[in-house]
Amino acid sequence: MNSRFAYRRKNWLYIPLIMAAVFYLIPLYLMLATGFKGFEEINLRTMWALPHGLHLDNFIEAYTVLSPYLLNSLNMVFPAAIISSVLGSINGYLLSKWKFKGADTIFLLILFGMFIPYQSILIPLVEFMTRIGLYGSLPGLVLTHVVYGLPITTLTFRNYYSGISNELLEAAKVDGAGMLRIYWSILLPISIPSFVVVLIWQFTQAWNDFLFAVVLTSSRSWPITVALNNMAGSQIIAWNVQMAGSLITALPTLIVYIFLGRYFLRGMMAGALKE
Amino acid sequence: MRSKKEAWLSFLLVLPTILAIGIFVYGFILWTMRVSISQWTGLLPDYTFVGFENYIYLFSTARFQIDITNTLIFTAVFMTGAIGLGFFLAVLLDQGLKGEAFFRSLFLFPMAISYIVTGVVWRWLMNPAQGDRISGFNLLFHNLGLDFLINRWHTTPGWGIAFIAIPAIWQLSGYTMALYLAGLRAIPDQLREAARVDGATEWQIMRYVILPLLKPVTLSAVIIIGHMSLKVFDLIVAVAGKQLALDVPAINMWQTTFDGYYFGVGAAIGVLLLLSVALLIIPYIIYTQKGEANQ
Repeated sequence: MNSRFAYRRKNWLYIPLIMAAVFYLIPLYLMLATGFKGFEEINLRTMWALPHGLHLDNFIEAYTVLSPYLLNSLNMVFPAAIISSVLGSINGYLLSKWKFKGADTIFLLILFGMFIPYQSILIPLVEFMTRIGLYGSLPGLVLTHVVYGLPITTLTFRNYYSGISNELLEAAKVDGAGMLRIYWSILLPISIPSFVVVLIWQFTQAWNDFLFAVVLTSSRSWPITVALNNMAGSQIIAWNVQMAGSLITALPTLIVYIFLGRYFLRGMMAGALKE
Repeated sequence: MRSKKEAWLSFLLVLPTILAIGIFVYGFILWTMRVSISQWTGLLPDYTFVGFENYIYLFSTARFQIDITNTLIFTAVFMTGAIGLGFFLAVLLDQGLKGEAFFRSLFLFPMAISYIVTGVVWRWLMNPAQGDRISGFNLLFHNLGLDFLINRWHTTPGWGIAFIAIPAIWQLSGYTMALYLAGLRAIPDQLREAARVDGATEWQIMRYVILPLLKPVTLSAVIIIGHMSLKVFDLIVAVAGKQLALDVPAINMWQTTFDGYYFGVGAAIGVLLLLSVALLIIPYIIYTQKGEANQ
Protein backbone atom coordinates (compact mmCIF):
# COMPACT_ATOMS: atom_id res chain seq x y z
CA MET A 1 0.00 0.00 0.00
CA ASN A 2 1.08 3.62 -0.53
CA SER A 3 1.66 3.85 3.19
CA ARG A 4 2.94 7.40 3.56
CA PHE A 5 -0.13 8.86 1.90
CA ALA A 6 -2.43 6.61 3.88
CA TYR A 7 -0.63 7.51 7.08
CA ARG A 8 -1.05 11.24 6.58
CA ARG A 9 -4.66 10.84 5.62
CA LYS A 10 -5.29 8.93 8.84
CA ASN A 11 -3.92 11.50 11.27
CA TRP A 12 -7.35 13.04 11.83
CA LEU A 13 -8.41 9.75 13.40
CA TYR A 14 -6.53 10.81 16.52
CA ILE A 15 -9.21 13.41 17.20
CA PRO A 16 -11.98 10.89 18.09
CA LEU A 17 -9.40 8.63 19.78
CA ILE A 18 -8.23 11.40 22.07
CA MET A 19 -11.81 12.44 22.80
CA ALA A 20 -12.57 8.86 23.81
CA ALA A 21 -9.41 8.77 25.94
CA VAL A 22 -10.60 11.89 27.79
CA PHE A 23 -13.96 10.21 28.46
CA TYR A 24 -12.27 7.16 30.00
CA LEU A 25 -9.80 9.24 32.00
CA ILE A 26 -12.24 11.75 33.55
CA PRO A 27 -13.22 9.57 36.55
CA LEU A 28 -9.58 8.67 37.14
CA TYR A 29 -8.60 12.34 36.95
CA LEU A 30 -11.26 13.26 39.48
CA MET A 31 -10.11 10.55 41.89
CA LEU A 32 -6.46 11.61 41.60
CA ALA A 33 -6.96 15.38 41.56
CA THR A 34 -9.33 15.31 44.52
CA GLY A 35 -7.40 12.68 46.43
CA PHE A 36 -4.18 14.66 46.41
CA LYS A 37 -5.72 17.98 47.45
CA GLY A 38 -5.07 19.32 50.93
CA PHE A 39 -8.07 19.68 53.25
CA GLU A 40 -7.93 23.49 52.93
CA GLU A 41 -8.26 23.20 49.14
CA ILE A 42 -11.45 21.20 49.27
CA ASN A 43 -14.24 23.17 47.74
CA LEU A 44 -16.89 21.93 45.33
CA ARG A 45 -16.27 25.04 43.19
CA THR A 46 -12.69 23.97 42.49
CA MET A 47 -13.52 20.29 42.04
CA TRP A 48 -11.91 20.17 38.58
CA ALA A 49 -8.77 22.16 39.48
CA LEU A 50 -5.41 20.44 39.88
CA PRO A 51 -4.18 20.15 43.49
CA HIS A 52 -1.53 22.55 44.79
CA GLY A 53 1.14 19.99 45.54
CA LEU A 54 0.62 16.39 46.55
CA HIS A 55 -1.12 16.13 49.92
CA LEU A 56 -1.83 12.77 51.48
CA ASP A 57 -4.43 13.98 54.02
CA ASN A 58 -7.38 12.41 52.18
CA PHE A 59 -5.62 9.12 51.64
CA ILE A 60 -4.57 8.89 55.28
CA GLU A 61 -8.09 9.57 56.47
CA ALA A 62 -9.64 7.14 53.95
CA TYR A 63 -7.05 4.50 54.82
CA THR A 64 -7.76 4.86 58.54
CA VAL A 65 -11.42 4.12 57.90
CA LEU A 66 -10.90 1.39 55.29
CA SER A 67 -7.81 -0.49 56.49
CA PRO A 68 -9.57 -3.28 58.46
CA TYR A 69 -11.78 -3.98 55.44
CA LEU A 70 -8.83 -3.83 53.08
CA LEU A 71 -7.28 -6.58 55.18
CA ASN A 72 -10.52 -8.60 55.00
CA SER A 73 -10.48 -8.33 51.21
CA LEU A 74 -6.85 -9.45 51.05
CA ASN A 75 -7.53 -12.40 53.34
CA MET A 76 -10.50 -13.41 51.21
CA VAL A 77 -9.28 -13.01 47.60
CA PHE A 78 -6.11 -15.11 47.73
CA PRO A 79 -7.65 -18.36 48.98
CA ALA A 80 -10.73 -17.78 46.78
CA ALA A 81 -8.63 -17.30 43.64
CA ILE A 82 -6.13 -20.07 44.33
CA ILE A 83 -8.59 -22.81 45.30
CA SER A 84 -10.97 -22.19 42.40
CA SER A 85 -8.06 -22.05 39.94
CA VAL A 86 -6.54 -25.34 41.11
CA LEU A 87 -9.92 -27.11 40.97
CA GLY A 88 -10.61 -25.53 37.58
CA SER A 89 -7.34 -26.85 36.22
CA ILE A 90 -8.06 -30.41 37.34
CA ASN A 91 -11.62 -30.23 35.98
CA GLY A 92 -10.45 -28.75 32.70
CA TYR A 93 -7.88 -31.51 32.28
CA LEU A 94 -10.29 -34.34 32.97
CA LEU A 95 -13.21 -32.85 31.03
CA SER A 96 -11.04 -32.40 27.93
CA LYS A 97 -8.63 -35.34 28.00
CA TRP A 98 -10.29 -38.05 30.09
CA LYS A 99 -13.92 -37.68 29.14
CA PHE A 100 -16.10 -40.09 31.06
CA LYS A 101 -19.62 -40.81 29.88
CA GLY A 102 -21.67 -37.61 30.00
CA ALA A 103 -18.61 -35.40 30.52
CA ASP A 104 -19.65 -32.91 27.84
CA THR A 105 -23.14 -32.55 29.26
CA ILE A 106 -21.73 -32.08 32.75
CA PHE A 107 -19.44 -29.38 31.38
CA LEU A 108 -22.39 -27.49 29.84
CA LEU A 109 -24.27 -27.74 33.15
CA ILE A 110 -21.25 -26.37 35.02
CA LEU A 111 -20.90 -23.58 32.45
CA PHE A 112 -24.45 -22.34 32.99
CA GLY A 113 -23.49 -21.53 36.60
CA MET A 114 -21.35 -18.68 35.29
CA PHE A 115 -24.31 -16.71 33.97
CA ILE A 116 -27.06 -17.15 36.55
CA PRO A 117 -28.27 -14.01 38.31
CA TYR A 118 -27.19 -14.61 41.89
CA GLN A 119 -30.51 -13.26 43.15
CA SER A 120 -31.90 -16.65 42.17
CA ILE A 121 -29.73 -18.47 44.73
CA LEU A 122 -29.27 -15.86 47.49
CA ILE A 123 -31.97 -17.06 49.89
CA PRO A 124 -30.79 -20.71 49.94
CA LEU A 125 -27.18 -19.50 50.09
CA VAL A 126 -27.85 -17.52 53.26
CA GLU A 127 -29.84 -20.42 54.76
CA PHE A 128 -27.10 -22.89 53.85
CA MET A 129 -24.30 -20.73 55.27
CA THR A 130 -26.28 -20.22 58.46
CA ARG A 131 -26.78 -23.98 58.85
CA ILE A 132 -23.11 -24.83 58.35
CA GLY A 133 -22.13 -21.97 60.66
CA LEU A 134 -20.33 -19.84 58.09
CA TYR A 135 -22.86 -17.02 57.77
CA GLY A 136 -21.33 -13.61 58.49
CA SER A 137 -17.79 -14.90 58.20
CA LEU A 138 -14.97 -14.56 55.68
CA PRO A 139 -14.58 -18.35 55.12
CA GLY A 140 -18.23 -18.41 54.02
CA LEU A 141 -17.49 -15.70 51.46
CA VAL A 142 -14.38 -17.55 50.29
CA LEU A 143 -16.38 -20.77 49.81
CA THR A 144 -18.99 -18.84 47.81
CA HIS A 145 -16.38 -17.28 45.52
CA VAL A 146 -14.68 -20.64 45.03
CA VAL A 147 -17.89 -22.42 44.00
CA TYR A 148 -19.26 -19.72 41.70
CA GLY A 149 -15.78 -19.26 40.24
CA LEU A 150 -15.57 -22.92 39.16
CA PRO A 151 -17.46 -22.51 35.85
CA ILE A 152 -15.07 -19.94 34.39
CA THR A 153 -11.90 -21.56 35.75
CA THR A 154 -13.01 -24.95 34.39
CA LEU A 155 -13.91 -23.36 31.04
CA THR A 156 -10.58 -21.58 30.65
CA PHE A 157 -8.50 -24.66 31.46
CA ARG A 158 -10.69 -26.94 29.35
CA ASN A 159 -10.21 -24.62 26.35
CA TYR A 160 -6.48 -24.58 26.95
CA TYR A 161 -6.01 -28.32 27.39
CA SER A 162 -8.27 -29.10 24.41
CA GLY A 163 -5.71 -27.35 22.24
CA ILE A 164 -2.92 -29.65 23.34
CA SER A 165 -2.36 -32.55 20.95
CA ASN A 166 -3.46 -36.01 22.01
CA GLU A 167 -0.32 -37.53 20.50
CA LEU A 168 1.72 -35.99 23.28
CA LEU A 169 -0.46 -37.70 25.84
CA GLU A 170 -0.48 -40.99 23.96
CA ALA A 171 3.30 -40.98 23.85
CA ALA A 172 3.41 -40.49 27.61
CA LYS A 173 0.94 -43.33 28.05
CA VAL A 174 3.09 -45.65 26.00
CA ASP A 175 5.91 -44.78 28.37
CA GLY A 176 3.70 -45.97 31.20
CA ALA A 177 2.49 -42.65 32.62
CA GLY A 178 -1.01 -42.69 34.14
CA MET A 179 -3.69 -40.03 34.21
CA LEU A 180 -2.35 -38.16 37.23
CA ARG A 181 1.28 -38.55 36.23
CA ILE A 182 0.57 -36.97 32.81
CA TYR A 183 -1.18 -34.05 34.47
CA TRP A 184 1.56 -33.50 37.02
CA SER A 185 4.61 -33.95 34.78
CA ILE A 186 3.44 -32.80 31.37
CA LEU A 187 0.39 -30.51 31.51
CA LEU A 188 0.85 -28.66 34.78
CA PRO A 189 4.29 -27.25 33.86
CA ILE A 190 2.94 -25.77 30.63
CA SER A 191 -0.22 -24.42 32.28
CA ILE A 192 1.45 -21.46 33.97
CA PRO A 193 0.06 -18.85 31.52
CA SER A 194 -3.45 -20.23 31.97
CA PHE A 195 -3.00 -20.13 35.73
CA VAL A 196 -2.00 -16.49 35.48
CA VAL A 197 -5.12 -15.74 33.40
CA VAL A 198 -7.45 -17.55 35.79
CA LEU A 199 -5.84 -16.32 39.01
CA ILE A 200 -6.00 -12.71 37.83
CA TRP A 201 -9.59 -13.09 36.74
CA GLN A 202 -10.71 -14.68 40.01
CA PHE A 203 -8.72 -12.16 42.04
CA THR A 204 -10.45 -9.30 40.22
CA GLN A 205 -13.92 -10.85 40.46
CA ALA A 206 -13.65 -11.59 44.17
CA TRP A 207 -12.08 -8.21 44.98
CA ASN A 208 -14.74 -6.30 43.04
CA ASP A 209 -17.72 -8.31 44.26
CA PHE A 210 -20.37 -6.49 46.23
CA LEU A 211 -23.53 -8.63 46.17
CA PHE A 212 -22.19 -11.76 47.92
CA ALA A 213 -20.23 -9.61 50.33
CA VAL A 214 -23.14 -7.43 51.36
CA VAL A 215 -25.44 -10.42 51.86
CA LEU A 216 -23.02 -12.87 53.51
CA THR A 217 -20.72 -10.82 55.72
CA SER A 218 -21.23 -8.84 58.91
CA SER A 219 -19.66 -5.51 59.83
CA ARG A 220 -16.52 -7.21 61.14
CA SER A 221 -15.94 -9.27 58.01
CA TRP A 222 -16.96 -6.68 55.36
CA PRO A 223 -14.63 -6.59 52.41
CA ILE A 224 -13.56 -3.19 51.13
CA THR A 225 -16.29 -2.75 48.49
CA VAL A 226 -19.00 -2.88 51.15
CA ALA A 227 -17.06 -0.52 53.40
CA LEU A 228 -16.54 1.93 50.53
CA ASN A 229 -20.21 1.89 49.61
CA ASN A 230 -21.14 2.62 53.23
CA MET A 231 -18.55 5.37 53.32
CA ALA A 232 -20.06 6.95 50.22
CA GLY A 233 -23.54 6.75 51.67
CA SER A 234 -22.57 8.38 54.96
CA GLN A 235 -23.10 12.07 55.52
CA ILE A 236 -20.11 12.36 57.87
CA ILE A 237 -17.36 11.46 55.42
CA ALA A 238 -16.47 14.24 52.99
CA TRP A 239 -16.46 13.61 49.24
CA ASN A 240 -12.72 14.21 48.95
CA VAL A 241 -12.11 11.33 51.37
CA GLN A 242 -14.57 9.22 49.35
CA MET A 243 -12.52 9.87 46.22
CA ALA A 244 -9.33 8.82 47.99
CA GLY A 245 -11.15 5.75 49.33
CA SER A 246 -12.30 4.86 45.81
CA LEU A 247 -8.74 4.99 44.58
CA ILE A 248 -7.52 2.81 47.45
CA THR A 249 -10.24 0.28 46.62
CA ALA A 250 -9.45 0.33 42.90
CA LEU A 251 -5.67 0.24 43.27
CA PRO A 252 -4.97 -3.51 43.76
CA THR A 253 -6.93 -4.59 40.67
CA LEU A 254 -5.63 -1.59 38.69
CA ILE A 255 -2.03 -2.54 39.47
CA VAL A 256 -2.72 -6.11 38.38
CA TYR A 257 -4.27 -4.75 35.18
CA ILE A 258 -1.38 -2.40 34.44
CA PHE A 259 1.25 -5.11 34.81
CA LEU A 260 -0.64 -8.16 33.57
CA GLY A 261 -3.27 -6.62 31.28
CA ARG A 262 -2.60 -9.12 28.50
CA TYR A 263 -3.65 -12.00 30.72
CA PHE A 264 -6.62 -10.05 32.03
CA LEU A 265 -7.87 -9.62 28.47
CA ARG A 266 -7.72 -13.36 27.87
CA GLY A 267 -9.83 -14.04 30.95
CA MET A 268 -12.36 -11.53 29.69
CA MET A 269 -12.58 -13.17 26.28
CA ALA A 270 -13.12 -16.58 27.87
CA GLY A 271 -16.11 -15.07 29.68
CA ALA A 272 -17.76 -14.43 26.30
CA LEU A 273 -17.22 -18.16 25.52
CA LYS A 274 -14.82 -17.12 22.74
CA GLU A 275 -11.12 -17.75 22.56
CA MET B 1 -8.34 -45.49 24.32
CA ARG B 2 -9.01 -45.43 28.03
CA SER B 3 -9.88 -48.09 30.52
CA LYS B 4 -12.99 -48.30 32.66
CA LYS B 5 -10.91 -47.75 35.77
CA GLU B 6 -9.52 -44.51 34.44
CA ALA B 7 -12.97 -43.26 33.42
CA TRP B 8 -14.11 -43.86 37.00
CA LEU B 9 -11.11 -42.11 38.47
CA SER B 10 -11.70 -39.15 36.16
CA PHE B 11 -15.31 -38.95 37.25
CA LEU B 12 -14.38 -39.22 40.93
CA LEU B 13 -11.91 -36.35 40.63
CA VAL B 14 -14.52 -34.09 38.99
CA LEU B 15 -17.13 -35.19 41.52
CA PRO B 16 -16.37 -32.46 44.12
CA THR B 17 -17.12 -29.83 41.47
CA ILE B 18 -20.20 -31.68 40.25
CA LEU B 19 -21.48 -31.80 43.82
CA ALA B 20 -20.60 -28.16 44.53
CA ILE B 21 -22.29 -26.88 41.36
CA GLY B 22 -25.12 -29.37 41.82
CA ILE B 23 -25.86 -27.94 45.26
CA PHE B 24 -24.95 -24.26 44.87
CA VAL B 25 -26.44 -23.77 41.42
CA TYR B 26 -29.13 -26.35 40.67
CA GLY B 27 -30.09 -27.30 44.22
CA PHE B 28 -30.31 -23.67 45.28
CA ILE B 29 -32.34 -22.75 42.18
CA LEU B 30 -34.88 -25.47 43.01
CA TRP B 31 -34.88 -24.32 46.63
CA THR B 32 -35.55 -20.74 45.52
CA MET B 33 -38.39 -21.98 43.31
CA ARG B 34 -39.84 -23.78 46.32
CA VAL B 35 -39.58 -20.62 48.44
CA SER B 36 -41.26 -18.62 45.65
CA ILE B 37 -44.43 -20.72 45.97
CA SER B 38 -44.46 -20.57 49.77
CA GLN B 39 -45.95 -17.97 52.07
CA TRP B 40 -42.62 -17.38 53.88
CA THR B 41 -42.65 -13.88 55.35
CA GLY B 42 -40.66 -12.93 58.42
CA LEU B 43 -37.48 -14.39 59.83
CA LEU B 44 -38.63 -17.98 60.27
CA PRO B 45 -38.93 -20.20 57.18
CA ASP B 46 -42.50 -21.12 56.35
CA TYR B 47 -42.95 -23.45 53.39
CA THR B 48 -46.76 -23.48 53.35
CA PHE B 49 -47.74 -23.86 49.69
CA VAL B 50 -49.53 -20.84 48.19
CA GLY B 51 -49.31 -21.57 44.46
CA PHE B 52 -48.42 -18.62 42.27
CA GLU B 53 -49.74 -16.04 44.73
CA ASN B 54 -46.35 -14.37 45.13
CA TYR B 55 -45.96 -14.02 41.37
CA ILE B 56 -49.47 -12.64 40.98
CA TYR B 57 -48.89 -10.20 43.80
CA LEU B 58 -45.56 -9.15 42.31
CA PHE B 59 -47.05 -8.26 38.92
CA SER B 60 -49.78 -6.28 40.65
CA THR B 61 -47.30 -4.00 42.42
CA ALA B 62 -46.42 -0.65 40.88
CA ARG B 63 -42.84 -1.27 41.94
CA PHE B 64 -42.37 -4.29 39.71
CA GLN B 65 -43.89 -2.39 36.77
CA ILE B 66 -41.23 0.28 37.38
CA ASP B 67 -38.58 -2.46 37.52
CA ILE B 68 -39.61 -3.79 34.11
CA THR B 69 -39.73 -0.34 32.49
CA ASN B 70 -36.39 0.62 34.04
CA THR B 71 -34.75 -2.62 32.90
CA LEU B 72 -36.00 -2.06 29.35
CA ILE B 73 -34.76 1.56 29.22
CA PHE B 74 -31.44 0.67 30.84
CA THR B 75 -30.88 -2.27 28.49
CA ALA B 76 -31.69 -0.20 25.41
CA VAL B 77 -29.33 2.65 26.30
CA PHE B 78 -26.56 0.47 27.73
CA MET B 79 -26.60 -1.95 24.81
CA THR B 80 -26.71 0.72 22.10
CA GLY B 81 -24.00 2.73 23.84
CA ALA B 82 -21.63 -0.11 24.71
CA ILE B 83 -21.94 -1.84 21.33
CA GLY B 84 -21.91 1.39 19.29
CA LEU B 85 -18.94 2.89 21.11
CA GLY B 86 -17.09 -0.43 21.29
CA PHE B 87 -17.49 -0.98 17.54
CA PHE B 88 -16.48 2.58 16.70
CA LEU B 89 -13.33 2.37 18.85
CA ALA B 90 -12.43 -1.05 17.44
CA VAL B 91 -12.65 0.25 13.87
CA LEU B 92 -10.49 3.25 14.85
CA LEU B 93 -7.89 1.03 16.49
CA ASP B 94 -7.84 -1.31 13.50
CA GLN B 95 -6.46 1.44 11.24
CA GLY B 96 -2.85 0.74 12.20
CA LEU B 97 -2.26 4.03 14.02
CA LYS B 98 0.72 4.59 16.27
CA GLY B 99 -0.04 4.21 19.97
CA GLU B 100 -2.77 1.64 19.35
CA ALA B 101 -1.68 -0.54 22.28
CA PHE B 102 -1.80 2.45 24.62
CA PHE B 103 -5.31 3.45 23.61
CA ARG B 104 -6.52 -0.13 23.76
CA SER B 105 -5.27 -0.55 27.33
CA LEU B 106 -6.78 2.78 28.27
CA PHE B 107 -10.24 1.90 26.96
CA LEU B 108 -10.14 -1.39 28.83
CA PHE B 109 -8.97 -0.32 32.27
CA PRO B 110 -12.47 0.35 33.70
CA MET B 111 -13.14 -3.40 33.32
CA ALA B 112 -10.66 -4.02 36.14
CA ILE B 113 -12.48 -1.72 38.56
CA SER B 114 -15.35 -2.54 40.88
CA TYR B 115 -18.82 -1.23 40.00
CA ILE B 116 -18.83 0.22 43.50
CA VAL B 117 -15.79 2.39 42.78
CA THR B 118 -17.25 3.42 39.43
CA GLY B 119 -20.54 4.20 41.11
CA VAL B 120 -19.02 6.28 43.92
CA VAL B 121 -17.02 8.40 41.46
CA TRP B 122 -19.91 8.83 39.02
CA ARG B 123 -22.18 9.74 41.91
CA TRP B 124 -20.10 12.92 42.11
CA LEU B 125 -19.69 13.34 38.36
CA MET B 126 -23.45 13.15 37.87
CA ASN B 127 -24.32 15.17 40.95
CA PRO B 128 -27.69 16.75 40.15
CA ALA B 129 -27.34 19.62 42.67
CA GLN B 130 -27.56 23.10 41.19
CA GLY B 131 -26.93 26.64 42.37
CA ASP B 132 -24.46 26.87 45.26
CA ARG B 133 -23.89 23.13 45.52
CA ILE B 134 -23.26 22.60 41.81
CA SER B 135 -20.49 20.03 41.15
CA GLY B 136 -19.33 17.28 38.80
CA PHE B 137 -20.19 17.51 35.11
CA ASN B 138 -22.74 20.24 35.73
CA LEU B 139 -19.98 22.42 37.21
CA LEU B 140 -17.69 21.54 34.32
CA PHE B 141 -20.38 22.52 31.80
CA HIS B 142 -20.92 25.78 33.69
CA ASN B 143 -17.19 26.55 33.74
CA LEU B 144 -16.98 25.88 30.01
CA GLY B 145 -19.95 28.15 29.30
CA LEU B 146 -22.09 25.19 28.23
CA ASP B 147 -24.88 25.85 30.73
CA PHE B 148 -27.51 24.43 28.39
CA LEU B 149 -26.03 20.98 29.05
CA ILE B 150 -26.62 21.21 32.81
CA ASN B 151 -29.21 18.59 33.73
CA ARG B 152 -30.54 16.46 36.54
CA TRP B 153 -28.83 13.24 35.46
CA HIS B 154 -30.21 10.19 37.22
CA THR B 155 -32.79 12.32 39.03
CA THR B 156 -34.48 13.24 35.72
CA PRO B 157 -38.14 12.23 36.22
CA GLY B 158 -39.00 9.04 34.33
CA TRP B 159 -35.66 8.70 32.55
CA GLY B 160 -33.17 8.68 35.42
CA ILE B 161 -32.22 5.08 34.75
CA ALA B 162 -31.02 6.01 31.24
CA PHE B 163 -28.28 8.13 32.85
CA ILE B 164 -27.15 5.20 35.01
CA ALA B 165 -26.31 3.52 31.69
CA ILE B 166 -23.56 6.14 31.11
CA PRO B 167 -21.18 4.81 33.80
CA ALA B 168 -22.14 1.27 32.69
CA ILE B 169 -21.09 2.18 29.13
CA TRP B 170 -17.91 3.74 30.52
CA GLN B 171 -17.14 0.49 32.30
CA LEU B 172 -17.98 -2.02 29.57
CA SER B 173 -17.47 -0.41 26.15
CA GLY B 174 -13.82 -1.49 26.35
CA TYR B 175 -15.04 -5.05 26.53
CA THR B 176 -17.14 -4.78 23.38
CA MET B 177 -14.24 -2.96 21.74
CA ALA B 178 -11.97 -5.94 22.52
CA LEU B 179 -14.55 -8.36 21.11
CA TYR B 180 -14.90 -6.37 17.87
CA LEU B 181 -11.17 -5.82 17.56
CA ALA B 182 -10.55 -9.56 17.78
CA GLY B 183 -13.27 -10.05 15.14
CA LEU B 184 -11.76 -7.42 12.83
CA ARG B 185 -8.29 -8.91 13.20
CA ALA B 186 -9.65 -12.29 12.14
CA ILE B 187 -10.83 -10.92 8.77
CA PRO B 188 -8.10 -11.59 6.20
CA ASP B 189 -6.71 -8.52 4.43
CA GLN B 190 -7.15 -10.22 1.06
CA LEU B 191 -10.91 -9.85 1.39
CA ARG B 192 -10.66 -6.08 1.69
CA GLU B 193 -8.03 -5.91 -1.04
CA ALA B 194 -10.23 -7.95 -3.37
CA ALA B 195 -13.15 -5.61 -2.72
CA ARG B 196 -10.91 -2.58 -3.35
CA VAL B 197 -9.73 -4.05 -6.62
CA ASP B 198 -13.36 -4.48 -7.61
CA GLY B 199 -13.77 -0.75 -7.04
CA ALA B 200 -15.64 -0.81 -3.73
CA THR B 201 -15.38 2.33 -1.59
CA GLU B 202 -14.21 2.04 2.03
CA TRP B 203 -17.79 2.60 3.12
CA GLN B 204 -19.07 -0.19 0.88
CA ILE B 205 -16.37 -2.54 2.17
CA MET B 206 -17.49 -1.80 5.72
CA ARG B 207 -21.16 -2.25 4.90
CA TYR B 208 -21.04 -5.31 2.65
CA VAL B 209 -17.84 -7.15 3.65
CA ILE B 210 -16.87 -6.33 7.23
CA LEU B 211 -20.24 -5.93 8.96
CA PRO B 212 -21.71 -9.24 7.76
CA LEU B 213 -18.56 -11.04 8.90
CA LEU B 214 -18.84 -9.44 12.34
CA LYS B 215 -22.37 -10.74 12.95
CA PRO B 216 -21.24 -13.49 15.37
CA VAL B 217 -19.31 -10.89 17.39
CA THR B 218 -22.36 -8.67 17.58
CA LEU B 219 -24.41 -11.64 18.74
CA SER B 220 -21.93 -12.35 21.54
CA ALA B 221 -21.89 -8.68 22.54
CA VAL B 222 -25.71 -8.48 22.58
CA ILE B 223 -25.99 -11.59 24.74
CA ILE B 224 -23.23 -10.68 27.18
CA ILE B 225 -24.27 -7.05 27.57
CA GLY B 226 -27.95 -8.04 27.64
CA HIS B 227 -27.54 -10.50 30.47
CA MET B 228 -25.40 -8.03 32.39
CA SER B 229 -28.05 -5.38 32.14
CA LEU B 230 -30.71 -7.78 33.44
CA LYS B 231 -28.49 -8.33 36.48
CA VAL B 232 -27.46 -4.69 37.10
CA PHE B 233 -27.27 -4.04 40.82
CA ASP B 234 -24.04 -2.73 42.40
CA LEU B 235 -23.70 0.22 40.05
CA ILE B 236 -27.13 1.64 40.83
CA VAL B 237 -26.68 1.10 44.57
CA ALA B 238 -23.35 2.95 44.50
CA VAL B 239 -24.54 5.85 42.33
CA ALA B 240 -27.90 6.47 43.93
CA GLY B 241 -28.56 4.14 46.85
CA LYS B 242 -31.95 2.47 46.86
CA GLN B 243 -34.60 4.72 45.40
CA LEU B 244 -37.87 3.69 43.87
CA ALA B 245 -37.37 5.74 40.71
CA LEU B 246 -34.19 3.82 39.88
CA ASP B 247 -35.40 0.43 41.05
CA VAL B 248 -34.56 -2.73 39.08
CA PRO B 249 -35.46 -6.39 39.78
CA ALA B 250 -32.10 -7.18 41.40
CA ILE B 251 -32.45 -4.35 43.93
CA ASN B 252 -36.12 -5.10 44.49
CA MET B 253 -35.24 -8.73 45.28
CA TRP B 254 -32.54 -7.71 47.74
CA GLN B 255 -34.72 -5.20 49.58
CA THR B 256 -37.88 -7.30 49.55
CA THR B 257 -35.99 -10.26 50.95
CA PHE B 258 -33.35 -8.96 53.31
CA ASP B 259 -34.86 -5.63 54.40
CA GLY B 260 -38.55 -6.53 54.20
CA TYR B 261 -38.39 -10.27 55.02
CA TYR B 262 -40.85 -11.11 52.24
CA PHE B 263 -38.88 -14.21 51.30
CA GLY B 264 -41.60 -15.70 49.11
CA VAL B 265 -41.93 -12.59 46.96
CA GLY B 266 -38.15 -12.06 46.90
CA ALA B 267 -37.67 -15.63 45.68
CA ALA B 268 -40.26 -15.05 42.95
CA ILE B 269 -38.23 -12.07 41.69
CA GLY B 270 -35.12 -14.27 41.73
CA VAL B 271 -36.86 -16.96 39.68
CA LEU B 272 -38.15 -14.44 37.12
CA LEU B 273 -34.67 -12.92 36.78
CA LEU B 274 -33.22 -16.38 36.26
CA LEU B 275 -35.81 -17.21 33.59
CA SER B 276 -35.09 -14.02 31.66
CA VAL B 277 -31.33 -14.63 31.77
CA ALA B 278 -31.74 -18.32 30.86
CA LEU B 279 -33.78 -17.40 27.77
CA LEU B 280 -30.76 -15.43 26.51
CA ILE B 281 -27.93 -17.61 27.74
CA ILE B 282 -28.95 -21.24 27.19
CA PRO B 283 -29.34 -20.98 23.40
CA TYR B 284 -26.07 -19.04 23.35
CA ILE B 285 -24.15 -21.69 25.31
CA ILE B 286 -25.46 -24.42 23.02
CA TYR B 287 -24.66 -22.34 19.94
CA THR B 288 -21.08 -21.53 20.98
CA GLN B 289 -20.21 -24.98 22.31
CA LYS B 290 -21.63 -26.75 19.24
CA GLY B 291 -19.56 -24.48 17.02
CA GLU B 292 -16.52 -25.46 19.03
CA ALA B 293 -17.16 -29.18 18.62
CA ASN B 294 -17.41 -28.80 14.84
CA GLN B 295 -14.07 -27.06 14.53
